[in-house]
Amino acid sequence: MPGPFTDYPTRAEVFDETVGPEGSVRQTYEQVAEQFAALGEDDVRARADYVSTSYHDQGVTFDYEGEERPFPLDIVPRIIDAATWAHVEAGVAQRVRALEAFLADVYGAMQIVTDRVLPRHVVTTSSHYHRVAFGIQPGNGVRVHVSGIDLIRDGEGTFRVLEDNVRIPSGVSYVLTNRAAMTSTLPEMVGTHRIRPVASYPSRLLRALRAAAPSGVQDPEVVVLTPGPYNSAYFEHTLLARLMGCRLVEGRDLVVQGGRVMMRDTQGLQPVHVIYRRVDDDFLDPVAFRNDSVLGCPGLLNASRAGNVTIANAVGNGVADDKLMYSYVPELIRYYLGEEPLLPNVDTWRLEEPAHREEVMDRLDELVLKPVDGSGGKGIVIGPQADRAELDALRARVSADPRGWIAQPVVQLSTVATTTPDGMRPRHVDLRPFAINDGEKVWVLPGGLTRVALGEGELIVNSSRGGGSKDTWVLSGDGRRTRVEPRQRQRQLQVSAAPQVALARSEAEPAEQEQQQQQARQGEQGAPAGLRPPEQGGMPC
Amino acid sequence: MLSRIAESLYWIGRYLERAEDTSRLLDVHLTLLLEDPVLDEETTSLVLLRVMGIDDEASPDHQTVLRMLGWDETSPTSMVAAFQGARESARRSRETVSLEMWEAINTTWNMMRGNRLQHLPAHRACQLLRERCAVVVGLADSTMSHDEGWHYMMLGRSLERVDMTSRIIESAAYNADSPSAWTQTLRACGAHHAFIRTYRGAATDAQAAEFLLLDRLFPRSLLASLEQAQEALVALETLPRRGRRPDPGLPSQTGLGAVQGRAGEAHRMLGRARAELEYGSLEEMMQTLPERMSQLQRTCSQVNDAVSTHNFDGAGQAVWRAGVR
Repeated sequence: MPGPFTDYPTRAEVFDETVGPEGSVRQTYEQVAEQFAALGEDDVRARADYVSTSYHDQGVTFDYEGEERPFPLDIVPRIIDAATWAHVEAGVAQRVRALEAFLADVYGAMQIVTDRVLPRHVVTTSSHYHRVAFGIQPGNGVRVHVSGIDLIRDGEGTFRVLEDNVRIPSGVSYVLTNRAAMTSTLPEMVGTHRIRPVASYPSRLLRALRAAAPSGVQDPEVVVLTPGPYNSAYFEHTLLARLMGCRLVEGRDLVVQGGRVMMRDTQGLQPVHVIYRRVDDDFLDPVAFRNDSVLGCPGLLNASRAGNVTIANAVGNGVADDKLMYSYVPELIRYYLGEEPLLPNVDTWRLEEPAHREEVMDRLDELVLKPVDGSGGKGIVIGPQADRAELDALRARVSADPRGWIAQPVVQLSTVATTTPDGMRPRHVDLRPFAINDGEKVWVLPGGLTRVALGEGELIVNSSRGGGSKDTWVLSGDGRRTRVEPRQRQRQLQVSAAPQVALARSEAEPAEQEQQQQQARQGEQGAPAGLRPPEQGGMPC
Repeated sequence: MLSRIAESLYWIGRYLERAEDTSRLLDVHLTLLLEDPVLDEETTSLVLLRVMGIDDEASPDHQTVLRMLGWDETSPTSMVAAFQGARESARRSRETVSLEMWEAINTTWNMMRGNRLQHLPAHRACQLLRERCAVVVGLADSTMSHDEGWHYMMLGRSLERVDMTSRIIESAAYNADSPSAWTQTLRACGAHHAFIRTYRGAATDAQAAEFLLLDRLFPRSLLASLEQAQEALVALETLPRRGRRPDPGLPSQTGLGAVQGRAGEAHRMLGRARAELEYGSLEEMMQTLPERMSQLQRTCSQVNDAVSTHNFDGAGQAVWRAGVR
C-alpha cells in the first residue's frame, strides 16, 4: 500500500532519521508513519493549516528587521529514542560542567594557562572576554544558568557539537509552544507515544534563578530583563516571564542606588535580587560597556560585584562560546573533569595557526568559514555555495584577521521527514538542547529545539533565513503508551446534585396537566382559523 | 506593579473604549445620513470630524469619514488605529495581560490589520469591532485578577468613556435641528433601548440629553462614567499593599504621602466635573452644551496628565547621557 513514505528520497551521504538506507521507516518513527498514513494527505494538510492559524492568533512570532513574523512549525515530529537521548543528555551536561569550570578559572586564577593547556592569548584576544567581569563571584558559583548547545548529526548519525551558546541562548519558548500546538493538533499521535514532558522548564529555571540569589535574601525578587518589544526574541521573554510569574522589565524600569538594583513601580522603588537578562553584555551597563546603550541600566555591574544582585547568565560568558575556544573544549573537558568528551566536536581548523591557515586557504571553496564571535548564522561563508568574488573577499578578510575565523568541513546535517507541497520529503535539521544549572545539577530539557531548513537541500536552519521548527519528542522506555492500572481509590466517589435550572412559575403545575393542555392546543391549530372556538380568558394558574 | 506596565494597562483601557466608541459614532453617523433626506452630508461630516479633532478636511463626504474614523490604520483617529494602540500596549505588557485576553486582542488585530475592514460593509465593520471589543473586555473581566493593574485599566476605560461620550453629545448639540439627532445620539451610546424603557417611549430631546448626562443607572452616561473613574482612583489609592516586607537595608523610598497628594489632584478634578454636572442646572447646561462638553474633554486630558506624572513617571527616574563619563 503506498503510504506517505513511498517515494521518499534518501541519499547515501546523508543520515535520514526517519527512513533507513534500505528505504524502510526506522523503528522510532514506525508508529507515526502508520498514523500519518491513516490520516491521509488532506487531513494532514488541514491540520498543518490549523497549526499555522493558531500560531498566528496566539502571536507566536519572532521579530525580523522590525517586523513580527510567524515561526513555522512542521507537524511531523522529530523523535529521539531513550538510549540515544541518554547519551546526548550526559554529553551536554558534561560540556556545561566543563565550560562552567573554565569560566570560573578565566575570571579568576587562570590555572589552565599556568598549566599550559590553553595559550593565554586565546582567552585575552576573545572579543567577549571582559576584564570588568574579573573577580565577580557568583553567589552559588554558577555562571551558565542557561545554555543551549547546538548539536548536529553527521553522515553516520553521530551527534556532534556544532557550537556552544552560554550567553543568552534563545528558542526555548518554541519548545514549549510547539508541544502545546502538537498536543492540540495531533492528539491521537501524542496520546499513543510516551513522550517526556517539557512543561517543567519554567519552574526549573525559576528554581535555578532563585538558588542563585545573593546570600541572605530569603524571598528573592527575580525579574526578566528584555531589550523591548522590537527584540527578535521578545515573544520568548514574555512567555518565560509569564510562566515563571516574574516581572518583565526593561532597562529603564531599573535604577541602581547605593549598589542595589531597584525597579520603579507605582508605589516607589522595589529591590531586585536576580536578573535573568536577555540583553547582550555590550548593552547591559553603559558604565562598563557601550556608553550609548539605552537598553541597560547604569551601575548594574557594580551592584553585581558588590554581591547585591545576581546577573544570569553572568557577564563575560562569551569567552566560552567563542568559536576558537570551541576547538579547545575537548581539552577543557579532559583538563577540568578528567573525562573523555562524550559528544565529539566537528573538525575545526584554527586559522590563527599558520599551518592550518595555509591548508584552508587552498581549499576555501570546499569548507565552511565562520567568524568566531558570530551568532545566528551571521557572517558564515559556505565554500561550495560561494562564487569567486565572495571567496576572494573572504580570503582578504581572513588574512587580515586570522584570529577572527575558523574553518570546518561542510557537514551534511541529518534529515527528518517534513511536510512539503509534494508530500513527505527529507529536510535538514539541527538540535538545540537547553540545559539549566542550578548549582547542584545540570538538568537538560528532554528534547530541545529542532530547527529545520524548509528549502530543499538547504543547510542553514536559522529562522531569519526561512527556517522552521519541529516538535522534538524524547521517548521514554519503548515509546509506546500502554494503559496503566488505575490506583486504588482512597475515597468513595460522591455523586453531586445536578446543576440547578430556572423553573418557570407555570411549570410548577403537575406535568400531566401541562402536557394535556399543550396537546389540546396542537389540535386547535389544525382547525381553520375562522372556526376556532373563542379563547376563554387567561389560563388558570 | 511596574509603572511601565501600569501605564500600558491604563492605555489598553483607553484605546479599547476609544475603538468601541468611535465605531458607535461612525455607525450612527452613516445611518443618520441614510435616514434623514434633508441632511447636508458635507456639513454633518464636517461636524463629526471637528468633534473628533480633525479640521483640515476641506469637503468631507461619507467616504472620507469612513476612512478617517474607520478602517484606515494610518489615520490616528480611526477605530482601527485605536485598536492597534490597544494591541501595542498589550504587547508591551504581554506577561501581565491574561493569555486569553491577549489572544482575543491579537486575533482581532489579525482581522483588521492592513486596512482589511474597508472591504466589509461599513455597518458590519463597525459591528465587528464593537463585538470584538466586548469580547476582549469580557475576557479581561473574567480572566484577570482584579488587582492594581485591573483598576488602572478601568480608570483608563472610564476616563475615555467620559471623553468620548462628551464628544458624541457635542456632535448631537451641533446637529440639534435634525429631528432624529437625539435618537441617533442615544443609539451612538448604545442607550436607545435603555432610554425608551426608562421613559416609556414618550420622551423629548431634553430628556434624552438628561439621560445621557445624568442617568445614574445607565453605565455609559457621563455621570456614571465619572463615578466609575473616581471609584477606580479610590481603589488605587486605598489598595492594600500586597505582601512585600520592608527591607531595612534599603535607601529611602518615595513616601506614600506624596503619592496620595498627587492622586488627589486627579480625583479633585474629576469630582469637580461631576459636581458641576450633578448639581448644576440642566437648563443652563443645555444652553451651553457644546462649551460644557469641550470643557469636560479638557478635564479628561488634565486628569490624564495628573495620573501619568504621578503614577507612571514615578520615583527615581534617572537619565543616562551617552558619552559623559
